[in-house]
Amino acid sequence: MPDTAKSTIKALTGDQAAAEAMRQINPDVVAAYPITPQTEIVMTYSQFVADGLVDTEMIPVESEHSAMSACVGAAAAGARTMTATSANGLALMWEVVYIAASTRLPIVMPVVNRALSGPINIHCDHSDSMGARDSGWIQIYCENAQEVYESIILAVRIAENPKILLPVMVCQDGFITSHAVEKLSIFEDEQVKDFIGTHKSNFPLLDVENPVTYGPLDLQDYYFEHKRQQSEAMKNAMQVIPEIVEDFAKLSNKTYGFIEEYRMQDAETAILALSSTCGTAKVVVDGLRNKGVKAGLVKLRFFRPFPADNIVSSLSKVKAVAVLDRSESFSNRGGPVFSEVRSALYESENKPLITNYIYGLGGRDINTSEIEAVYNELQETIKRGKADKLVNYLGVRE
Amino acid sequence: MANLKQLSKIPERLSGGHRLCPGCGASIALRQVLMGAGDSPVVVSCATGCLEVATTIYPFTAWKVPFIHNAFENSAATMSGVETAYRALKKKGKIDKDIKFLAVGGDGGTYDIGLQSLSGVLERGHRIVYVCYDNGAYMNTGIQRSGATPKGASTTTAPAGKVKTGKSESRKDLTAICAAHNIPYVAQATIAYWNDLVTKAQKAFAAEGPAFLNILAPCYRGWRFGSDDAVDVSKLAVETGFWPLYEVENGTVKVTYRPFKRKPVAEWLKPQGRYKHIFEPGNESIIEAIQAGVDKTWEKLDKGFLV
Repeated sequence: MPDTAKSTIKALTGDQAAAEAMRQINPDVVAAYPITPQTEIVMTYSQFVADGLVDTEMIPVESEHSAMSACVGAAAAGARTMTATSANGLALMWEVVYIAASTRLPIVMPVVNRALSGPINIHCDHSDSMGARDSGWIQIYCENAQEVYESIILAVRIAENPKILLPVMVCQDGFITSHAVEKLSIFEDEQVKDFIGTHKSNFPLLDVENPVTYGPLDLQDYYFEHKRQQSEAMKNAMQVIPEIVEDFAKLSNKTYGFIEEYRMQDAETAILALSSTCGTAKVVVDGLRNKGVKAGLVKLRFFRPFPADNIVSSLSKVKAVAVLDRSESFSNRGGPVFSEVRSALYESENKPLITNYIYGLGGRDINTSEIEAVYNELQETIKRGKADKLVNYLGVRE
Repeated sequence: MANLKQLSKIPERLSGGHRLCPGCGASIALRQVLMGAGDSPVVVSCATGCLEVATTIYPFTAWKVPFIHNAFENSAATMSGVETAYRALKKKGKIDKDIKFLAVGGDGGTYDIGLQSLSGVLERGHRIVYVCYDNGAYMNTGIQRSGATPKGASTTTAPAGKVKTGKSESRKDLTAICAAHNIPYVAQATIAYWNDLVTKAQKAFAAEGPAFLNILAPCYRGWRFGSDDAVDVSKLAVETGFWPLYEVENGTVKVTYRPFKRKPVAEWLKPQGRYKHIFEPGNESIIEAIQAGVDKTWEKLDKGFLV
């Protein structure tokens, strides 16, 4: 939370929290297209522009494909650049999402997670951003609006770090977070300005004295090396993000790890989840702890870079783990988070028993009793010595 | 009006040594367009296509000006980001130069897959010159039919065969579509009429808002003529009236070159292998239909209308 002496309290939705962070960042260019449930970010920001609260030049593009295309142009030109999207909008910009990352442009994009069509559905799941997991973007998942606000500010520093230079998605749960009003602590504008610093582009397209060619044809001779450099940047991100987070802690008194452990010290069972579900799970963990059940929670904050070591060191302490996925990969072997977490544990000497729950698709609510049932099943799993099923579907009519 | 003496002093922005085919109309078109920018610094974006792949094979580039390629359908949107960044940074005093912005696409990247992106840029009023080098098919991928392919032309996805006579549909009138956006400057040009083309490029770069140039740029591989005939074929397109040279300046349509007497369109079709089949007995009606299309276009143009 921001330093109480210098922070103000505001009641904001997740979308408004994103727009508030953007207002304080005051990027040079924002190119965006409205899509439920992200629309409120674009609307709120447009009002900031209309009221002269920022000096951003907005590009009210005619599609998300053009939103990301214009962001690539603006960022290559040397401007600090942002956009925001959801679901089908992210899908439409897909092609350019990859190009933004491979061109190493530090674009920051709030993503309001929404189920990807079809069938069409406007509510929360993670199928949109999970599909973009291999695009080369850093991905941060936020539990609540406060995290959304702070993560967007952090994201600017992460994206623009010369050792990283990768675009960042800051994900929040559609409607659950984006449209729920929370009490937020907001930094002073100057604090944010100082923290993010001024943007400096290494090879701006607008430096007409030193012309550069962006986006050349990269054939068999070089493409592989360039992709390898992207991998290296993502590795660098593992090293550099903790430094940036440490710097941020001076401002916020809050330390953001790649993961957040909740009551994991002596836990025997654990759930690993992302985003708003972690808030619900914390309530369940507290209830179970009151009953003497040794339950814990691991919240995955960063999915890219994937903090495998942190996950292994945390989950190796427990006997049974359930990974909650809010998207389906159709591999018949579990969702994307499960696949990667399970793979990370492969070489661990103290492998916990592990099972996957796919839940909440298309905005289906997940409640405390369902999460409690998962913890109960984990205790049964420990007794049996094996998980009943590799993949479970939670809260669906079978 | 451009004069050769002045133009010869403008440094080349697209250097030689690139890998476009010898006799390619696209590079001739682009060099003429860039001359139209005079001494002003120019930033160029280009859609995926022949021009892009042949001029920027990493680690080489033929561009002596800042250049960006993003994807196939988004040359216009990409440049709208560059131009907006320019305005944002200039407003903040981080840039002091006056810079011109040129977005380029072939007909596939403009008439078809990039039409929405272009329309958005024209509607939003970015100060960008968009140039379509129109060679009437997807040449980079191997001569596939596009919305710019003229009726009767044989392409690899609308080939002439035992029962088909090439493309059965007419071209999309992209220049008129752009003019319908009510932007300051729209024009059609072609490489054989360099003075007309460079003058139009000058006007386009000077426009206080978006400008669009549709430039017929013959492709000898796709059109099936001799590799040193691009300029002659370009000239025939104008002399037969197939490709009228006109401009729409602040809404007023003006023919900039009027052939003294329009030659029959067959004289333009005949040297091109892509039309070979329509000269076979029994296909006379196709040539008649193409001629009728040309006549109709001029009937409207003579009245000062595009549609």
